[in-house]
Amino acid sequence: MKFTWFNLMPWPYLPDDFREKNRSVWVDIDQALFDPEKSHEVYNTYMDLLEYAGTVGFDGIGVNEHHQNGYGIMPSPNIISAGLARRTKDVALVVLGNSIALYNPPVRVAEEFAMLDCISGGRLVAGFPVGTSMDTNYCYGQIPSLTREKYQEAHDLIIKAWTERKPFAFNGRYTKLRYVNIWPRPIQQPHPPVHIPGGGSVETYDFCIDNTYSYSYLSFSGYIRAQALMKGYWDRVTARNASDTSPYRAGFAQTICVAESDEEAERLYAEHVLYFYNRCLHVYAGFADAPGYRTIKTIQTGALSQYAPPRAGYAKLTWKDLIEGGHVIAGSPETVRQRMEDLITSLHVGNIFCLMHVGNMPKEKCMYSTKLFAEKVLPKLRNMFPDFADDDRFWCKPMKQRVAAGRLPSELDAADAVSRVLA
Amino acid sequence: MELKTIKTHYTPVRYFEGGRGQPLVFLHGAGGLAADDAFLAKLSESFHVYAPLIPGYGDSDECHEIRDMLDFTLHTWDVVNALGLKDPVLVGHSMGGMIAAEMAAVCPNDVSRLGLIAPAGIWLDDHPVADIFTKLPYEMPALLYHDEEVGKARLTTGLALDDPKFLQGFLVTNARQLGMAGRLLFPIPERGLSERLYRVKAKTILIWGDSDKVVSPVYAHEFKRLINGAQLVSIPEAGHMVLLEKPRETIAAIQRLA
Repeated sequence: MKFTWFNLMPWPYLPDDFREKNRSVWVDIDQALFDPEKSHEVYNTYMDLLEYAGTVGFDGIGVNEHHQNGYGIMPSPNIISAGLARRTKDVALVVLGNSIALYNPPVRVAEEFAMLDCISGGRLVAGFPVGTSMDTNYCYGQIPSLTREKYQEAHDLIIKAWTERKPFAFNGRYTKLRYVNIWPRPIQQPHPPVHIPGGGSVETYDFCIDNTYSYSYLSFSGYIRAQALMKGYWDRVTARNASDTSPYRAGFAQTICVAESDEEAERLYAEHVLYFYNRCLHVYAGFADAPGYRTIKTIQTGALSQYAPPRAGYAKLTWKDLIEGGHVIAGSPETVRQRMEDLITSLHVGNIFCLMHVGNMPKEKCMYSTKLFAEKVLPKLRNMFPDFADDDRFWCKPMKQRVAAGRLPSELDAADAVSRVLA
Repeated sequence: MELKTIKTHYTPVRYFEGGRGQPLVFLHGAGGLAADDAFLAKLSESFHVYAPLIPGYGDSDECHEIRDMLDFTLHTWDVVNALGLKDPVLVGHSMGGMIAAEMAAVCPNDVSRLGLIAPAGIWLDDHPVADIFTKLPYEMPALLYHDEEVGKARLTTGLALDDPKFLQGFLVTNARQLGMAGRLLFPIPERGLSERLYRVKAKTILIWGDSDKVVSPVYAHEFKRLINGAQLVSIPEAGHMVLLEKPRETIAAIQRLA
């Protein structure tokens, strides 16, 4: 199993009456709610927490990309990852990911991911999301029904830029480049492992299967609701005659909170979980799915946007509803272990993106939950798939000998070395 | 009106045909066209009407190869040619008006009579064209019609959005139609038309509802300024769907082109 500690980086200061006074947490969220000076501490705390998670036993730390979004103040995950690459040692940097249709030209992603792979010594897991409709269409202006074609072209360009050893010309419909010749290129060969976050598009299933990429379902609806979608994926894996059904072909994001007991979990975390589900997921329905963003084939399979809120809305869900519905896995280490086993087995997933910072959770509680999970839950889930223990196709392969940041000599030693050269 | 099919290079095109008189090609807006369209029926009393559907509209499939303004413009010329028409009266509403105006700008010698009903295609920062893509079904009547109640009766009758099966069909149609429309209209319905309108040679009538909330009547004056000799017919108590709210007045204006 691979466990990645994930932080969406929610803005923790949305007011109590946010839902009543605002139509959306995303796209046209009120500028007045963001306070740059407060964000200084928020960003640094969130990066501290990611670094902390990197020391307690998680396999990876994860970041993602959103724009104009009150629950994800991370338009550039690469900037965060660059900081993490310097301050962490062994943990994988899971960037889930860069919305490659939005970068002009997309070789920018090939370059920045290569830099991250080089700085971190080969610890990058590269995510290529199509991006949500809110981000891609409404914030970044891509034409919905052409987004996938542009995405596909960007993907082909990036992979070729990573693997080709000579300058080449790329004549795409959306990008035309005479000399593609990225410097640097990644350490990992032929390229870093690729994870594709998806929301139920049949085309994305096939794309992952055909390229040996891991399919990640990043949902807030929890593992019980995800079973139909993941079954669709695994059926497709079989139907397309993939060589195996390794659980590492898939990943799943789950909100998790651990305490000493179930009651303590509710007492500690309920307000933060409700902050997330009630306030942060308040997305205007008109932004959920620009017409043409999803293919006809996908709509016909019945996969509706997870951003189209449940009929009664998230706002009415209580802690009890969220726990029973599997949106959130919370409780004592034993409760969480049981439900995680249920999740892992029922979805058949080897990569878990653990959403352990939730809503406006303060750092102390987040550390507490993180440590309990790492010490009392994670070790018991390690070997859920012994048959696939050797499958390393979907994870990073760091260099054996890596340097640590901050290893300059003392100024005295530096002066000595210079004088020896001069002598 | 009869629904027929004609072959073009990339895709078969569905079109409505009916009426007698001078040939007139009508290009629909982003909302599409139905067989029982009251405006078309009335228009066919004075013209021989051909109303092609943009690929993806009605029961037709979207067309992968039609991606940008030039593609739409040339495709629609292909349709006119396939129908065997020479210099028909060319009329377009909203997005269809944008295409019709482009056709007249690209081939000024082939269009001598142009009717633009609340066309899209120009952008003024101070008067943003409405973002139809983010609107929810229940918001449409007030946006599109001068009289919201009339709009409601036309637009929401029979919409059973609580029925998952109906919703799925609705979403498929919406994705197919507005997916294609988005190639011209998303995120801003402007593809350089204003720089090409000087080429138009056609006698041009602009028809606008006074209370258009999608493309403000301010744009009528901008089109009038940019198209040589264009005449403007403003229609009171009509919104963006002026052709359905005031069909008699709209058709009277078009008849000036006959």
